[in-house]
Amino acid sequence: MIRYAAERLGLGVLVVVGVVVLTFLIARVIPGDPAVTYAGPRASKAQLEHVRKQLGLERPVIVQLGDYLKGIATGDWGTSYRTKRPVLSDLRTALPASVELVTAGLILALLVGLPLGLISARFHGRLPDVLIRIASVIGVSMPVFWAALILQLVFAQKLGWLPAAGEYDPNLYYTSPLTSYIQMPTVDALITGNFAVLKSSISHLVLPAAVVALYPAGLLARMVRASVLDTLGETHIRMTRSLGFGDRAIYGRWALRPAMNPVIQVTALVFAYSLANTFLVEAVFDWPGLGSYAANSLQALDTPAIVGVTLIVAIVYVVLNLLVDIAQAAIDPRIRLR
Amino acid sequence: MTAVTAPTSVPGVRARGFARRNPTLVLGIVLLVLIVLVALAAPWLAPAPGDAGTATHPFNVLTDPSSAHPFGTDLVGRDLLTRVMYGARISLRIVVEVLLIAGVVGIPLGLIAGYFRGRVDQVIMRITDVFLAFPALLLSLAIAFVLTPSVQNMTIAIAVTWWPWYTRLVRGEAASIATRPYIESCRVLGVSHARILARHILPNSITPVLVQMSMDAGGILLTAASISFLGLGAQDPTPEWGLIVSQGAQYFATQWWFVTFAGLAILFTAIAFNLIGDGIREMLDPRRVVSR
Amino acid sequence: MLEVRDLGVWFGDRQVVGVDALDLDKGQTVGIVGETGSGKSMTAYAIAGLAPGMGARVEGSVKLDGRELIGLSDGALRDIRGRRIAMIFQAPISSLNPVFRVGDVFLRALRLHGASKANARERAAEAMRSVALSPDLLHRYPHQLSGGQAQRVAIAMAVALRAEVLIADEPTSALDVTVQAEILDVLEKLQAEESLAMLFISHDLAVVSGICDTVAIMYDGEVVERGPVSETLHHPSHPYTRELLAAVPRLTTPEAPDA
Repeated sequence: MIRYAAERLGLGVLVVVGVVVLTFLIARVIPGDPAVTYAGPRASKAQLEHVRKQLGLERPVIVQLGDYLKGIATGDWGTSYRTKRPVLSDLRTALPASVELVTAGLILALLVGLPLGLISARFHGRLPDVLIRIASVIGVSMPVFWAALILQLVFAQKLGWLPAAGEYDPNLYYTSPLTSYIQMPTVDALITGNFAVLKSSISHLVLPAAVVALYPAGLLARMVRASVLDTLGETHIRMTRSLGFGDRAIYGRWALRPAMNPVIQVTALVFAYSLANTFLVEAVFDWPGLGSYAANSLQALDTPAIVGVTLIVAIVYVVLNLLVDIAQAAIDPRIRLR
Repeated sequence: MTAVTAPTSVPGVRARGFARRNPTLVLGIVLLVLIVLVALAAPWLAPAPGDAGTATHPFNVLTDPSSAHPFGTDLVGRDLLTRVMYGARISLRIVVEVLLIAGVVGIPLGLIAGYFRGRVDQVIMRITDVFLAFPALLLSLAIAFVLTPSVQNMTIAIAVTWWPWYTRLVRGEAASIATRPYIESCRVLGVSHARILARHILPNSITPVLVQMSMDAGGILLTAASISFLGLGAQDPTPEWGLIVSQGAQYFATQWWFVTFAGLAILFTAIAFNLIGDGIREMLDPRRVVSR
Repeated sequence: MLEVRDLGVWFGDRQVVGVDALDLDKGQTVGIVGETGSGKSMTAYAIAGLAPGMGARVEGSVKLDGRELIGLSDGALRDIRGRRIAMIFQAPISSLNPVFRVGDVFLRALRLHGASKANARERAAEAMRSVALSPDLLHRYPHQLSGGQAQRVAIAMAVALRAEVLIADEPTSALDVTVQAEILDVLEKLQAEESLAMLFISHDLAVVSGICDTVAIMYDGEVVERGPVSETLHHPSHPYTRELLAAVPRLTTPEAPDA
């Protein structure tokens, strides 16, 4: 088990390094002069020269890459040309916001998709199944940005039930300031007992998370249905029934766990897809996460920031794949021995 | 215990039987055919074909849906029904082109990797790993940004992020076929590698890829629309659906139709693609129980 | 003890089983023999009450100690399954849930039918020993057991639950000959010690002739011949039975069976 994890980890590191190199090279190809971004549009030629030297833009690309890789390993991810702050610290505020949103969305998707999939399997061929399948197809076909706009219009503007944008009510900065530990308002508020912020941040999470959850929920419902139906045909389920177990036990335990295997396999994929969708949702709901940071960095040709975002996303994905592989091995003992 | 066999020689009966057994596939095909018809007939059916291009009507800006403009008009007065119809042409073209490019690049690489194994395989697989370390949307965005935003460049960007999947798929199939005894006998007989790849390996490994492509069509459409929504894809005046939604976003509260119809078009088309993908997968599932 | 009358099983419009009569007494082993598609397995599933769950329609009468099982409520049937009628299947490793330890299913089944936690563990251990397996094997996963071990675990479950009727659906068909013999020994031991009533389904005449008291030959869903094993197999009256016997490879020159 340890060996398995170590193997996977090694592979992951390799992939991450490859990604960094790739992104670095791509970023260098971007038309536009980073020195101008850094120094501002009114900098004189002499100042630009100075900035170029300062940022090391004159050295051969290979050398720059080498320095950068060294820096990454030691925690120096460069300084953003745009915000003038260390990229790592920028990311430290942006990443948790996105993670909060994606996690909320995925939890929601799980809470909705899993039971729907089970119901679909239990009543397969009948009305609940048909309805759920229609809903699932719509869920996975829905353009995320459109759904975001519509939900925002209906629930925030027309009905006024939920807030339209932001992480939590800005007025609370003054009335109930939040001490941040991990930069995730919901969690921080929970830890510090700041209920005003907690309430506000949860209500701000609802709409964006619901939009993020659309695709994974639809996908989950479909996969769970297929997987459970497959499992139900197997001999061991017949054995379970012959022992006297009823539907509740079978759908709740005996068919559920083996059916989870293929579902977990797509978890990494779903998370990655959801992360991408999150960026779209951030645009509509003004959510201060990686998506917004990436968009701004791209616009400003902010190479260190762009590479930083790419790197962090690659790491997240690799870590996620690792966790999924391990979870799979934990649930299905047959995988460990392969 | 007698069985009544239905006459299978009448074409109508066979078609109906097929429809009953594969409802999702048939529904998807019907929807897609509708969309293709709209796309093909746009130049003749659309109320104002010029509006899909550079025409502007400053006195007709943002009007409500009416009999003259069933979908309303946009921020420079262009008829939205026309633009949505023309958008179908663009979306379909993007999907087809992406699949073509990704296939033409990915399949041969996969065949080579799976057939020759060894160092070549390792190198190709590592490259695909790196590309696959990224969600398609993000990488496409980055590439679309590097190449100046346009429909063509967006298509290339998406195709670049998509080919690794097909390489992986094909490699798996090719690798397992390459070890079969009849391939070995081909080599012993002196058949060239190229011939083996083309005549034996390719036809047998292509099915999973084709199935996957049918399932990917919906995702490609959504990716393209998303990229255009963010401004890195289609540019005005191209009537791409995602672009139209982004243009209408700021007017959404008062001019609801601007965003709605374009979005519905995306939803509708994505549903059609997904149903087809599902239908094909169901049809090929070896464990399917066919009730007689 | 078990009385089956006019049992019919349909999948849609197609009838797969039409058994006029079948009886099983305490301590008796009845064999059901037939080729693939003869309906023998479906008959077993119908008796065990598993047929509706497979999408089949069941009509007729199956009485356990006088109590009618067809049409019984789901709850009542679940009490009977496991507790009074137990079943073991072909491909023993596949009949155990691959993602759970063998003991998990075992203990939960016992507790489902009323045993306490401690009691369940005891009974499970005892049952394992009675089939010549160490109770430690309960900690293993199914793929860590051999085919013979897995089948014995399945049998142990029936023993622990103190089932009175054991339906064995081709229990040895997926095992090698030596392992087959082991399993048959275990079953014979149970026959003798617990006076288990057993319904033994198989396509293998040799095995059936060894372990069964009476045999029913099935063809196309119907019982075409029945009777005590020695008589039926040596003096078959139905042409199909004769065909089956003729198909058994012999080591000596073939002699025409007595008419």
